[in-house]
Amino acid sequence: MSDHEFQSWFPESGSIDYDDTQTNITEATLDEMRSIAARYPQARSALLPMLHLVQSVDGRISPAGVEACAQILDITTAQVSGVATFYTMYRRRPGGRHHVGVCTTALCAVMGGDALLDQVCDRLGIHEGETTADGAISLERIECNAACDFAPVLMVNWEFFDNMNPEKVDDLLAALSSGETVKSPRGATLTSWMEAERVLAGFPDGRADEGPTAGEASLLGVNVARENGWRAPDAPPPIPASDEAASAEGGQK
Amino acid sequence: MTDELTPVLTANWADERAWKLTNYERRGGYQALRKALSTTPADVMELVKDSGLRGRGGAGFPTGMKWSFVPKDNPNPKYLVVNADESEPGTCKDMPLMMASPHTLVEGVIIASYAIGCRYAFIYCRGEVLHIIRRLQQAVREAYSAGYAGKNILGSGYDVEVVVHAGAGAYICGEETALLDSLEGRRGQPRLRPPFPAVAGLYASPTVVNNVETIASVPSIIDRGAAWFASMGTEKSKGMTIYSLSGHVKRPGQFEAPLGVTLRQLLELSGGMREGHELKFWTPGGSSTPILTAEHLDLPLDYEGMAAAGTMLGTKALQCFDETTSVVRTTLRWIEFYKHESCGKCTPCREGNWWLVQLLKKFEAGQAQQGDVEKLLDIADDIGGRSFCALADGAVACLTSAIKHFRDEFEQGMHIPAWELFPYERSALFAVREGAHA
Amino acid sequence: MTVTAKPGEVVASDLITVFIDGTEVQVPKGTLAIRAAEMIGVAIPRFCDHPLLDPVGACRQCLVEVPDMGNGRGMPKPQASCTLECAPGMKILTQETSAVAAKAQKGMIEFLLLNHPLDCPICDKGGECPLQNQAMANGAGESRYEGVKRTFPKPVSISALVLLDRERCILCARCTRFSEQISGDPFITLVERGALQQVGFYEDHPYDSYFSGNVIQICPVGALTSVSYRFQSRPFDLVSTPVTCEHCAGGCQLRSDHRHFQVKRRLAGDAPLVNEEWNCDKGRFAFKSGRGPDRLTRPLVRDNGVLRVASWPEAIDAAVAGLRRAGSRVGVLTGGRLTVEDAYGYSKFARAVLGTNNIDFRSRPASAEEAVFLANRVAGTELDEDRLSYTALQQAKQVVLVAFEPEEEAAMVFLRLRKAVRKNGLKVVTVAPFASNGSVKLNAELVATVPGAEAEALNGITADADTIVLIGDRAAVVPGLLNAAADFADRTGARLGWVPRRAGDRGAVETGCLPNLLPGGRPTGDVLARVDVQAAWGVDSLPGTPGLDADEQLAAAREGGFALLVGGLEPSDFTQANEVREGLENASFVVSLEQRLSEVTERADVVFPIALIEERPGHFLNWESRRGRVNTVIKQANQPMTDLRVLAALADALGRPLGVRTARQALAEFDELGAWDGARAPLSRGRGVAADHADGEVALATWRELLDGSRALDYEPALLETAKPVVARVAPETAEQFGLTAAVTVSGNGGWLTLPLDIVPGMAPDTVWVPTHAPDTPLSELGLVHGDPVTIGSPAAALERGEGFDQGEGGVA
Repeated sequence: MSDHEFQSWFPESGSIDYDDTQTNITEATLDEMRSIAARYPQARSALLPMLHLVQSVDGRISPAGVEACAQILDITTAQVSGVATFYTMYRRRPGGRHHVGVCTTALCAVMGGDALLDQVCDRLGIHEGETTADGAISLERIECNAACDFAPVLMVNWEFFDNMNPEKVDDLLAALSSGETVKSPRGATLTSWMEAERVLAGFPDGRADEGPTAGEASLLGVNVARENGWRAPDAPPPIPASDEAASAEGGQK
Repeated sequence: MTDELTPVLTANWADERAWKLTNYERRGGYQALRKALSTTPADVMELVKDSGLRGRGGAGFPTGMKWSFVPKDNPNPKYLVVNADESEPGTCKDMPLMMASPHTLVEGVIIASYAIGCRYAFIYCRGEVLHIIRRLQQAVREAYSAGYAGKNILGSGYDVEVVVHAGAGAYICGEETALLDSLEGRRGQPRLRPPFPAVAGLYASPTVVNNVETIASVPSIIDRGAAWFASMGTEKSKGMTIYSLSGHVKRPGQFEAPLGVTLRQLLELSGGMREGHELKFWTPGGSSTPILTAEHLDLPLDYEGMAAAGTMLGTKALQCFDETTSVVRTTLRWIEFYKHESCGKCTPCREGNWWLVQLLKKFEAGQAQQGDVEKLLDIADDIGGRSFCALADGAVACLTSAIKHFRDEFEQGMHIPAWELFPYERSALFAVREGAHA
Repeated sequence: MTVTAKPGEVVASDLITVFIDGTEVQVPKGTLAIRAAEMIGVAIPRFCDHPLLDPVGACRQCLVEVPDMGNGRGMPKPQASCTLECAPGMKILTQETSAVAAKAQKGMIEFLLLNHPLDCPICDKGGECPLQNQAMANGAGESRYEGVKRTFPKPVSISALVLLDRERCILCARCTRFSEQISGDPFITLVERGALQQVGFYEDHPYDSYFSGNVIQICPVGALTSVSYRFQSRPFDLVSTPVTCEHCAGGCQLRSDHRHFQVKRRLAGDAPLVNEEWNCDKGRFAFKSGRGPDRLTRPLVRDNGVLRVASWPEAIDAAVAGLRRAGSRVGVLTGGRLTVEDAYGYSKFARAVLGTNNIDFRSRPASAEEAVFLANRVAGTELDEDRLSYTALQQAKQVVLVAFEPEEEAAMVFLRLRKAVRKNGLKVVTVAPFASNGSVKLNAELVATVPGAEAEALNGITADADTIVLIGDRAAVVPGLLNAAADFADRTGARLGWVPRRAGDRGAVETGCLPNLLPGGRPTGDVLARVDVQAAWGVDSLPGTPGLDADEQLAAAREGGFALLVGGLEPSDFTQANEVREGLENASFVVSLEQRLSEVTERADVVFPIALIEERPGHFLNWESRRGRVNTVIKQANQPMTDLRVLAALADALGRPLGVRTARQALAEFDELGAWDGARAPLSRGRGVAADHADGEVALATWRELLDGSRALDYEPALLETAKPVVARVAPETAEQFGLTAAVTVSGNGGWLTLPLDIVPGMAPDTVWVPTHAPDTPLSELGLVHGDPVTIGSPAAALERGEGFDQGEGGVA
């Protein structure tokens, strides 16, 4: 079973949450927004990263954030709202410190993603789209995250957790709930979801050098080639041939 | 005869800290840029044309020709936009490339920008891949510091700004015109064509949009020559490319091989299907390409070979499913994906996928009615080729090909739930716990 | 059969040949397939397509088959004919001849109906709904859909005027494209995505656009409905009449729909040369002001100081007696609501019956310079499409706006300018104190100008024959500005258009409702002109000396011994409302022809009830001098009297028959008279000097906003809710200089006014802008006009001076 009902009644769609007017946006945030706008030949291009920044500050797309974007980019709040509600990474309501996404697009679902989503729901006692009472974890069903050779895949704060199974999920959730340091097997030490959003807004957090060059599956072909001595052909000698080129190793296997 | 695997783009992925500029340079990185800057932009474009490089993002359009469509006399600035929105189900080649060796892409961006006369290039990367965005951001910063990007690159007088741009979750932004709207800070919905991006793309200016792997292939072509590149692959599908093997195979992963390799060859290299199971169906290039079965194992995985089999090479995302898998369930999940990712702009995609999901859920539950298979096909006929962009065509492709090859399973959906025909826990890679749905 | 585009629209070399369903059609390059098909009478079903909006290709209803693109190759997929440009030799097969196209269209309507509620019987659109019509014409009889329908809470107020039902919406994006492309007010947009996509807005910013009603009209389903029309009628119970809008000088063609002797709604008409298919919300929604309890239905006569209902003969006798007593000490004041025919009646009544040139339509701040300017430049000029028209605006290279805010004062001029800016790269320059919302949307270059310095600013602009200068009637109060504009046009070759604010103004100029002009632009002082008119009217003589203008008549009335015949004006329209009231009170005798009780009727001796706009025939002349018909929408057994009919009755009773009593007769006589071909009166060469501002004073800038305190908006509270907030504006430097922050008190002429403050970067210094006629605070109560010196200060400082405090309040010290 795909275990989710077909939704047809949408009482809360169409907008961000206007009722929650809380914001942590400061003059410094506005300056950063302006600096994002300055990266582009036309300022409006900055809207997506600016909304990521809003999330990094307010934990969601806040009314104050929408209004600030509209004002800085000289567009209407409706236009910002149209963008903020189009993309799935923008939250309408605050989530957890960590945001867990379980891939249930066909391949991951079939290979165990559906079961893992059930497991996460059971263990956390929440449904997809909800946040644990302690505010530690929010949960979302996600679509294909471009890591199919590592299926089933789970994302935490948009860091990869590859080749997941029930045991790994247990351990991961336990660590996330207890606030332990968690490292992505193919990424960096986990920050919070809000801190991750700041990186997406274009403000690096200095963790680019953490983690491996590539995951095991990514290296499969390279390793097989090495084992077999396979490689791409060498460049043919340039024409007209120089001495140096003529002496270069040529030929193919 | 070239080798079965030909690592070029993937060659440095096993290197320690391959993402660092110094390590990239140690392998000869940015030599191609120096070489390109020593010739004219026209020469660079000619070389890429001669190489026969075709777009690696799915459509397979000749890259050099795409570049040449940029009008020289247009007074507006020219733009290069790299499509790093990799989201097609099954596709997972660009992400490891940008994580392991982002400089391969950055070098390609600068060379391609030089060729088309662009002073402002963008790498539009999907937002849900934090660490890859970190690596890209760092690589671009390193390239600026080393004088490979920014003003007066390597003293050549050529300037180009490179911006890494994170998306925010929308499969449709992989469609190039939707990507441009998104990059302009709008809702990522496809634009009317014409005008084509080459004439009026980003900011209504001439724009080239290329896939990550396409642009990443450029430095090697500049470095080693068009003839070298063309020596790999088949007559019309030249060069090496990255194939992504996933699903119920023993060892999933990335294989860089000349175009035209077969799935049988790649399956052998990955140890075949998982122990005790056999291949049931597979996608050649993501879920949007019609599925194939075991009888297609020996077809060449190139643009022509796949077209001849009534499918497409797409992104070379080879998702392999074994005999435990319910085709109905898999199709439903794909259609749910398309419903979720439909941008909503046009009627057939927005409403058609909404309908298909509900109908397929009935098949999955064994509650479909007599005539519902025909209804599925008729709905598919009203969607396919009628929508604004190719997204809905992809949805229809997986559905109609599934019915074509496995009509029996859909017929059975009138009586027996898919989970009874194909107990879902058998498809999982692990023992499913009591209580959890597979 | 071969069909060719209308001759004159394109030159032959631009025509290409295509084949629609086998029929050869010649169309201009760039023609969309859907329009080419229309030319041979093939209606391809469509929803998102709208000829005035950019093509979008979203609904996919209009799919056709293209077996040959003109190069021998066919297109593999059906194409949306609304986005497909015809190519030479292209073959297009519509649903008429292609099974593929027919199947595709049938499939599309099925998709559109999946989630559409089956509530046609209670939907306002039912009966005039494109979706309903096409479902009936092309849809399947039975639905194959067994799923659940998408549901949302409904309806949603996207503004005080417009309601949204998201379940009915088919996402054609006509409304959102209109708001962005046509009016430039993107306060509604598509939000969410996929099957959840919907029209949305931002809660704190409803869809308050002057043009919001258009989205209701172009909605192809009942998703957007009108608050005021909701559940009022079924379309098939309405009777439609084409009319011309009475609210400004734009001349919009409208469709007025009535039932049970009441106008139920008004829609934009289809007038490609004027308003295309649009109109403004005032024209659409403001039509109930005459229907209130203050409507006059019977004549009133003052008896022992009190107005009482009287019979028509009694009232006519009373009026005649009063006018006879006044003799030549009488003047005629006409307002802005008059049709050409009525205005002609007043003009003739003044001259031929009362024997005076004391007539003036300008119930607003005006000047002698203006009267001469109108005689010299405006009166007697006929519509010239190529020179000065909506079309000419669209084709001009540059348009200069002087003392004129098109979005506020002539909304269709604004829309046409915006279209020209978007489509043709028109450059707009505005001589104004700041860049208004409308100017910003026109991407106009602002020449920030202190009121009074407009002439100088205008002279600094480069112009040639491809330039059109549009000058508003506000220019009258800036001494020398109208003359300077005329000089500017003469010097540069630019065309000069005078755009009055009210619907009757241009007709009043042409019919001679001015002290210096007879009908057809004939100068009263010119004996040949008078001879012309005498002959036409069959009178022995006409007065030759110029009469008193409105201000002079009112001054004479204040002094006493001067009678007034007044047709449709409000004291607050003038410079100094109290002076008008005093004039009416001190006048020896006042006859009022009016639709509703007003400050004039209160002070009149005899009041005649006059037909509403929907109850009379006639014409308006718009700013282009284009005639627009004012049709009798409501026909009743006892049709209310028009101004003309009352004037004719008075004339009869005075023993000097008017000669015309119906609109048809009046227009025929006016046309027979024709335009003056003799010498025009020269411009007054005086170069006025702007008022000097003492230290500590600033210049007052002001104009009327589209939705303001006008009585025409009465009984449409929802419309007024969408008006702009009432604020004053100053430049940041000025705010700093005077220590202004959130509010400002403007004082002058013994009165004061306190308003919230908007600080506008780039605004002209030493200037404060306030709306002319905000509800509750019309500037005429202070006697202030554009250019007057005023003092400004923070409300706190003003309070210390005893000048008031509360925002939005005003008073006279």
